[in-house]
Amino acid sequence: MSKPKVGLYWCASCGGCEEAVVDLAEKILDVVAAVDIVFWPVALDFKKEDVEALADGELTAIFINGSIRLSEQEEMVHLLSRKAQYVIAFGSCAQLGGIPGLANLADRESIFEYVYRDAPSVVSTDGVFPQTRLAVPEGELKLPQFWDRVRALDEVIDVDYYLPGCPPTPKLIANALTALLEGKLPEKGAVLASSRALCYECDLNPTKPEKPSLKDIKRVWEIIPEPDKCLLAQGIICLGPVTRGGCEALCVKANMPCTGCFGPLDRVQDFGAKGLSAISSLFASNDEAELEALADKIPDVAGLFYKYSLPASLMFKGRGNTSER
Amino acid sequence: MTKVTIDPITRLEGHGRIEIFLNDAGDVDRAYFVVPELRGFEKFAVGRRAEDMPQITSRICGVCPTAHHMASTKALDDLFHVEPPPAALKLREMFYNIFMLEDHALHFYFLGGPDFIVGPKAPKAARNILGVIGKVGVEVAGQVIAMRKELRELMAYLGGKPVHPVFGLPGGVAKGMQKEDQERFIKAAEQGLDFALFTLKAFHDLVLGNREYVDLILSDAYKHRTYYLGLVDGNNRVNFYDGMLRVVGPEGKEFERFSVQQYVDHLAEHVEPWTYVKFMFLRNVGWRGFNDGEESGVYSVAPLARLNVADGMATPKAQEAYEEYLSTLGKPVHQTLANHWARVIEMVYAAERFLELASDPEITSTEIRRIPTATPTMGIGVVEAPRGTLIHHYESDERGLLTRANLIVATQGNAARIAMSVDKAAKALVHGTSVDDGLLNMVEMAFRAYDPCHACATHALPGQMPLIISLRDADGNVLRELIRGD
Amino acid sequence: MDNADYEPTIVAFTCTWCTYLAADLAGTSRMSYPANIRIIRAMCSGRIDPQFVLDAFRWGADGVLIGGCHPGDCHYQEGNYKALRRFKLLKKLVAELGIEDERLRLEWISASEADKFCAVINDMVEKVRALGPRLPAESRPKPEPVLEPAPSTSAPPEEAIHV
Repeated sequence: MSKPKVGLYWCASCGGCEEAVVDLAEKILDVVAAVDIVFWPVALDFKKEDVEALADGELTAIFINGSIRLSEQEEMVHLLSRKAQYVIAFGSCAQLGGIPGLANLADRESIFEYVYRDAPSVVSTDGVFPQTRLAVPEGELKLPQFWDRVRALDEVIDVDYYLPGCPPTPKLIANALTALLEGKLPEKGAVLASSRALCYECDLNPTKPEKPSLKDIKRVWEIIPEPDKCLLAQGIICLGPVTRGGCEALCVKANMPCTGCFGPLDRVQDFGAKGLSAISSLFASNDEAELEALADKIPDVAGLFYKYSLPASLMFKGRGNTSER
Repeated sequence: MTKVTIDPITRLEGHGRIEIFLNDAGDVDRAYFVVPELRGFEKFAVGRRAEDMPQITSRICGVCPTAHHMASTKALDDLFHVEPPPAALKLREMFYNIFMLEDHALHFYFLGGPDFIVGPKAPKAARNILGVIGKVGVEVAGQVIAMRKELRELMAYLGGKPVHPVFGLPGGVAKGMQKEDQERFIKAAEQGLDFALFTLKAFHDLVLGNREYVDLILSDAYKHRTYYLGLVDGNNRVNFYDGMLRVVGPEGKEFERFSVQQYVDHLAEHVEPWTYVKFMFLRNVGWRGFNDGEESGVYSVAPLARLNVADGMATPKAQEAYEEYLSTLGKPVHQTLANHWARVIEMVYAAERFLELASDPEITSTEIRRIPTATPTMGIGVVEAPRGTLIHHYESDERGLLTRANLIVATQGNAARIAMSVDKAAKALVHGTSVDDGLLNMVEMAFRAYDPCHACATHALPGQMPLIISLRDADGNVLRELIRGD
Repeated sequence: MDNADYEPTIVAFTCTWCTYLAADLAGTSRMSYPANIRIIRAMCSGRIDPQFVLDAFRWGADGVLIGGCHPGDCHYQEGNYKALRRFKLLKKLVAELGIEDERLRLEWISASEADKFCAVINDMVEKVRALGPRLPAESRPKPEPVLEPAPSTSAPPEEAIHV
């Protein structure tokens, strides 16, 4: 009996999710014993034509990381979706849009002018910019269309499961693969990690006050945190209380606060708004001026609370790939 | 006119397509190396808190996140005008060398290496890490995997996680090394050195011991005479973490030497309409097209370049390997495929440097942070990423929010030469109309030697420009019009 | 688009014990205020999740008003202070998202302040009218909700679900 086939593909991705799979280390040998990886551009030489040659549904699962930024990515995920039984959104970018989703705050035209003309090191020749279709002496070349907005994967194709994280941890990846192969996946749409907030997994949880109270907010470079004490209690903004657990608080173990890469808990639609709500509720003052001063200690609200999830936010999700003019 | 397309290119970090245009005789008119990806980091960096940049920019690349993280952290030191304590600098450089060792090994065993270990024209399904495991045996494979795992765990020890570490802060690092763990680091460094030397020997046996491969390395199809750029320390030895930028010309003579603070005066970016990546060139030579030679501003970065730019390696075993390398190939080395050899020599240096720093008594000091007090303004940081010189340049307001960012990213320094290499290899190898998978793989080998990272090279975000292209015949009649945009 | 032609839609989240009663009182007192406002009553201004505000903007609201009890008068003691704390960051966020300042407003309106209620509504409608619609007419979403609720897990929250 032949092994189940799987594929891994990257859209607007950094490749970190691929590295997380390689970080399975010796377990990867078990994986390749159990499945046939028939498409994985970072590591294997199978090409697009090999995917096109597959029958519909021939892949048991396709793991797709990266967000949808370019038309080519949109085409590829539609193709892969047809060829697979299960689509798994792998990593923060596929689930929520990821850090490159912050580009949704920017205006495309001004970006273009900066990168291809105004950046200090660019030597521009007659305002040349990349073209989606170009006649060259030898024939025609194409580049994919660059959309105005980043989108998460489920805005473009139907997604069966989400593996959160930037990147997902090898442990969670291994658990997901096991569940897939043993037919023990939960109901469709589930996020394959913990259903509780990160605080529950954090070693510093016992030192978190019943009601944390932010009298002052410290940026990470302003303070050397006391070891073994909840970072939020020390005035460092940590998003542990609103972030899905499953990563075992790796960042906090390295003395840095959680930045929310595992995304929201169930029934939360907008991670950034929830994070903003939770953190601001902790401001230790009822005085207008003091509250203003505290809020000023968070100079980049969107960057802090929506670092990984802007495309999936209420303001952007379902709004399409072009900006309103 | 027929066109052969390789889509996508594989065994590298990033997206790409090779379009090979053939004329009626079946020879290659031109091969284009199209990079169809971008995300826009320089733009969405604006408005972000400076201290978020090491973690934001690490998402440019998940294969080399530590490179961006480190260049960014150094830029923050400069931005906030703060000098980290010595132990922090040692921790950073040690962490960095652990990463260089691991990433170079990844390329050798997973990405570029399979072409030589399994064979360039081996069946598609075997040309990968699984084929390598099949060739070297499960036991050796197990050791390679175990070594990488230990290096990754040590990176996680300091940085929280190996992909997208949280280590760097302006003025220091977030976590230090406990004294009781120093032994583990030293042991890992010793094993790492053994591992690097083992890999060097494997390269000798599998590649240099194979006449066919040696001919390939020396062949004209995979050779370019360009300028080279890299960081060197005070003794002109390769250093990944810091130093002065040095450029040598195709004849091997020093052409320029400058601090990264002056990079804009020396390094420039060129735009082509058929790809999203921008091409670096030397400002003081100028852009003269995709050409070799002294008159062309095209330069190269990464292992081949670094070993050409330096006068030697700073550690003994690496120096030994370096001398053997030069005695075989001369200097400067122009053979693109020699990148694979240079990369393994750098593994040896990275391991030795790791060991030096891990053994340093000061590295377990608890003084690893200095709090910045000055108002932030502007900062530039540089490291040698595995794939080339990497520069982060930030400007901020007085609150430390970025007002401008410019990133010169490693593979951009090789972008022109990669395009040239693919074109040249295609022209040399592809004849007639029957083109098989193995042959196309040999065209791909032309870029794979550079270990490109396209997520890195295309961090930028262009968007679209309305354009009409009219093609006219000799009488000025419009033959064809291509219209794009609103 | 001609600003004079469009009628702004203001969504007003009002607390039960103060602002909603003020609106009620305005009604029974036969005071008039523009019909542009859509009132959504919550028990307390502290109940207003920032997600509600963003959702309102998302579905085409040109402005959002939050109305609560004066500081010290909250029926639930501290709820309106929670609203104030959240509002500080929410205001910064909407500015960063490119939404003009006048489109989001927090007001303390007690049960007896029907006149203040009318004045605030009048003022806000005119200010938002002058700004124009937040979304151009063609990009306003259609009435059917696009989002499905996030899947709820079948296991109780105490049990972490590890797949």
